[in-house]
Amino acid sequence: MSGGTRLENANPLIFQRSGDRLLTATDEDEDAADPIDDREIFDLIRSINDPEHPLSLEELNVVEQMRVNVNDEESTVSVEFTPTIPHCSMATLIGLSLKVKLLRSLPDRFKIDVHITPGTHASEDAVNKQLADKERVAAALENSQLLEVVNQCLSTRTM
Amino acid sequence: MAADNSVLLGLVEEFVSGQVDSKAAETSTGVKNGQFTILQLVEALGVSLSSSQPQTRGRGVQLLSQVLQECYSSLSEREVEVLLAFYENRLKDHYVIIPHVLQGLKALTKCSVLPPGSAVSVLKSIFQDIHVQSLMLAERSCVYNILISLMESKEEELKGLGADFIFGFVQSVDGERDPRNLLLAFQVARNIIQRGYDLGKFVEELFEVMSCYFPIDFSPPPSDPRGITQEELVLSLRAVLTGTSQFAEFLLPLIIEKLDSDIQSAKVDSLQTLAACGLTYSHKELAEFLPGLWSSIRREVSQTASERVESAGLSALSALVSCLSRSVLNSDSEDVLQVFLSLVLKDCQHHLCEPDLKLVWPSAKLLQAAAGASYRASLIVSAAIIPALLEQYNNRTQCAHRRTLLEVLQGFVQPTALSRPADGEDSVLVAFQQSLCGVVFSALTESSAGLQVTATRVLSALGQQPGLMAQTDVEKAVDHLSRLILEEDDPKLSSAVVECSGSLAHLHPKAFISRLIPRLKEEILSGQSDAAVRQRCVTALASVSSLASVVQESTPVLLQVLASAHTGSCGFSVEEVAAVCISLQKIAEHARDSEEIGRFFHDIIIPHLLGLCLQAALQTRDAGHSSPLTDEAVLSAIVPVMSTACAALRSESASRMAAQAVSLFLDGDVSFLPENAFPSKIQLLQSRAESGGLSQLVCLLMACVCSLPRSVEIPEIDRLLLQLEDLSCTCTHLFSFTSAAKCFAGLVNKRPAGEALDAVLERVMKRISVELENTSSGQRTQAFTLLLWLFALLSDPTLGSQAADGFGVLMSDCLDVLNRGCHADVRIMYRQRFFAENSTKLVQGFNSAEQEKKSCYLKALSHIVSNLPRQVQLTELPALLPLLLEALSCADQAVQLSTLSCLQPVLLEPPEALRNQLEALFSRLLALTTSPAMKVRIASLQCVHALSRLPEHTVLPFRARVLKALAVPLDDKKRLVRKEAVAARAEWFLLGSPGGR
Repeated sequence: MSGGTRLENANPLIFQRSGDRLLTATDEDEDAADPIDDREIFDLIRSINDPEHPLSLEELNVVEQMRVNVNDEESTVSVEFTPTIPHCSMATLIGLSLKVKLLRSLPDRFKIDVHITPGTHASEDAVNKQLADKERVAAALENSQLLEVVNQCLSTRTM
Repeated sequence: MAADNSVLLGLVEEFVSGQVDSKAAETSTGVKNGQFTILQLVEALGVSLSSSQPQTRGRGVQLLSQVLQECYSSLSEREVEVLLAFYENRLKDHYVIIPHVLQGLKALTKCSVLPPGSAVSVLKSIFQDIHVQSLMLAERSCVYNILISLMESKEEELKGLGADFIFGFVQSVDGERDPRNLLLAFQVARNIIQRGYDLGKFVEELFEVMSCYFPIDFSPPPSDPRGITQEELVLSLRAVLTGTSQFAEFLLPLIIEKLDSDIQSAKVDSLQTLAACGLTYSHKELAEFLPGLWSSIRREVSQTASERVESAGLSALSALVSCLSRSVLNSDSEDVLQVFLSLVLKDCQHHLCEPDLKLVWPSAKLLQAAAGASYRASLIVSAAIIPALLEQYNNRTQCAHRRTLLEVLQGFVQPTALSRPADGEDSVLVAFQQSLCGVVFSALTESSAGLQVTATRVLSALGQQPGLMAQTDVEKAVDHLSRLILEEDDPKLSSAVVECSGSLAHLHPKAFISRLIPRLKEEILSGQSDAAVRQRCVTALASVSSLASVVQESTPVLLQVLASAHTGSCGFSVEEVAAVCISLQKIAEHARDSEEIGRFFHDIIIPHLLGLCLQAALQTRDAGHSSPLTDEAVLSAIVPVMSTACAALRSESASRMAAQAVSLFLDGDVSFLPENAFPSKIQLLQSRAESGGLSQLVCLLMACVCSLPRSVEIPEIDRLLLQLEDLSCTCTHLFSFTSAAKCFAGLVNKRPAGEALDAVLERVMKRISVELENTSSGQRTQAFTLLLWLFALLSDPTLGSQAADGFGVLMSDCLDVLNRGCHADVRIMYRQRFFAENSTKLVQGFNSAEQEKKSCYLKALSHIVSNLPRQVQLTELPALLPLLLEALSCADQAVQLSTLSCLQPVLLEPPEALRNQLEALFSRLLALTTSPAMKVRIASLQCVHALSRLPEHTVLPFRARVLKALAVPLDDKKRLVRKEAVAARAEWFLLGSPGGR
């Protein structure tokens, strides 16, 4: 993935993966409506691959369930992510992947907000601004090289 | 003769001057038939062969070669000699002739009567007169083929050539590029190496000429007709390179160099080649390169992103260590294994002790691979690592760290096939036995479930090896396990505990009998614990019962549970009772391997179960109090217990079982049941107007007699059949008549074909048709049920011997559709044969049926298709696809669901026929994603997901439409549906997008 260049963070801390969500009786019940909750959003993003390492964002602790907030009724989602190191140049890319994943997986009605956990990155504001700008996100996805990297992050790993 | 001669001359003339290629075939047929001889042909060719025009000569040689290719087997030694001399001579001729000459030589070398010395002279002329690499592809392949056939037939002569042969080969291969020819060249080289040709001073040359292809990077052109794969090339080259230890000094540096490559496949290939070297090399060849190899392997394993590289690296290390372990020690030299392992240990050990445990896994895996390579290696590694790990474990306080350490430890505790101690050797862990057990027990008392799960795994690994657990340790372990079963409610942990108990109980039954079972028994029967705890106890009982001695202790407990459920003393729910039955069934499965368990079931368990059920039924009838044992769910759970046990009975006890069961059900003979307090002359097979009650016990009869081996004679079978038939036709209780019909079918199925069987069948058929005339719909249903079972079993050939297994399958297929009273449903079970006979009828029926009945046919069809084996499905699909698509748009949800479930596996490997139907398929599937039934939505989304794996060009046109349609289920109210929708939509987004697929 990195093509032999030096990795920025060659030796990251690895965290444990959480298990699959347990199936409950309400899940099987035809009539009960299941609202979209934090865990469901977290399940969407936790398996995204890191652009640098063969690990998922969950394993690198870039995303955590407690940093996901969703309000189904008001149709808002807010996700905070934590780059592994404060100077991580991949932060924008990770944010973009998160954003694209959510755009593809959530109904249109949701307003999606992806930003860096406050105080964990050197150029936090710049990255947040880029990620919040619809036009720039759309433009980034027109760039086929960038799209390729994002798609690689989003493709399901065959284990 | 003269006529023949002129014919031959004509043929030759037309071929040579007339350029009519087909004449060669005619000539060779002539030679084969004996019409002309080779000599005559050569004479007839005389003019053209000696022509001054190279083209004419070429044509002449071509004709001769083509004829020889057909008839080389009929030549005599003398003819071969002359022809060889001619061809060898022609090698010096004009270049246009050479291809034909080589073809001729190739044919001649295949002869079985090659004269002595000819092989050498042929090869000499080839190596001398021809520059192989300047020939065309086909001619080069000719040369390799000549080499291969000469190596087959004239090995001795070629070896006599010595190094000249090797040199000639090296020269002719140098620069070969075509994969087809490379495969041949690799084969020649492999023969040279494996058959002990003397390589002389050309070792390095041969290696150079072969190793320049390493590592192979070959991607076959699309739609490659020759079907050569990279895999094939890699394997044949690897066989050459690793075939001899003479190559070691060249190959090992090459491997080290290639491991630095950036290409993943090159790394994997190098590591696998290294692993293959381990098999042929000895420590002498390796010694010099060990440090270099080790540092490369270590780098690859600890830095790699890919699991393939990692596992290749680990197996290469393991191969190296096992190669070193094989080495014989000299008195004056140091132990290479020891030296190498101390290098490994030095580099890895400190990672295990670092405070943050970051690189612990790669290092642990490397060490485990080294330890797993041989007994000696595992001794050395364990001695160094295990004390360090144990100390680490004791120094750490965080559960996550401890768990990691324990997981690492588990890898060392579990011996591999290679490192298993031989007879008379102690396990490598004996020295650490005490401290290992101590660590495991302390981990079992921790609060973290993950740590406990790992601890149970280590415990089973320890228990598996003799001498690692003293009696007191086993007892302590059992106490821990019982405590965990009773106290821990984490599902992962309890399943790990149950698994661990199962494996330990197999080796240490006594401890379990004396300690675990009494505690669980007390807990279950105390009536104070809640249902989940009791459920865990019951599951644990089932899993520890794999030996007869344990079974004899554990099953009475379960029986007691059933008995107290019957009396209602402990408040067991129906589900719990059914779960107890499932556990009994798991235990009964061991009866297949142990006769003792089978006998125990026959003597104790089955009579007790029958007695309990009978008591319950009688009591219900008399007192109106309902015991859980009369519940259909419980009875259906008891059935598999009895049929599993009965199926495993040996002949004598099997016939006793049959006699007892039949006399109980026919004559009310209760003498063999325990606690004999039954009224005499109970009529079990009489149907009664009030439903249920005794008649449903017929399912137990079915369980007993239908699973017995075929050879067992069922007494009074005719009377039994008559009664069953009666019951199945007249009883109004659904469960009873279904079981009676199944039982009847099972019995009929076991009878040998013959008049008696025909008579029975005829009678039943008559009765059924009479019943069918009857307008009362209730009775018709029952008759159908009987008919259905009868035919299902008779037409299923596999069922004869395995009625028991078959029953399970049939029941599960059937229960949901029985009693619909719809004509089409009745025909579900016939499987392939039924399908072959009836699918056309169904299709016709569908076409001619009225609108409202069509769905019945579709339902039948989709049920049949989903029960078919996949191979049949694939061949039949083209014909059925339109109908299945029709079924998708049918309103009945059951039809939709069963059609979807049979489509989904088909879509994973879609047949050609599907391609033309994609449009219809997509529109129906996408419509179903908003169906009111959750399961239909899920199944259709799974189908849409599967469709994304079709070749890109076929499905890309649908991408935009699918993405748009899938946006709707993203907002579904059910989470399970949303999950499928997200998965499907993600795949469809990746389709045709850069970096996607």
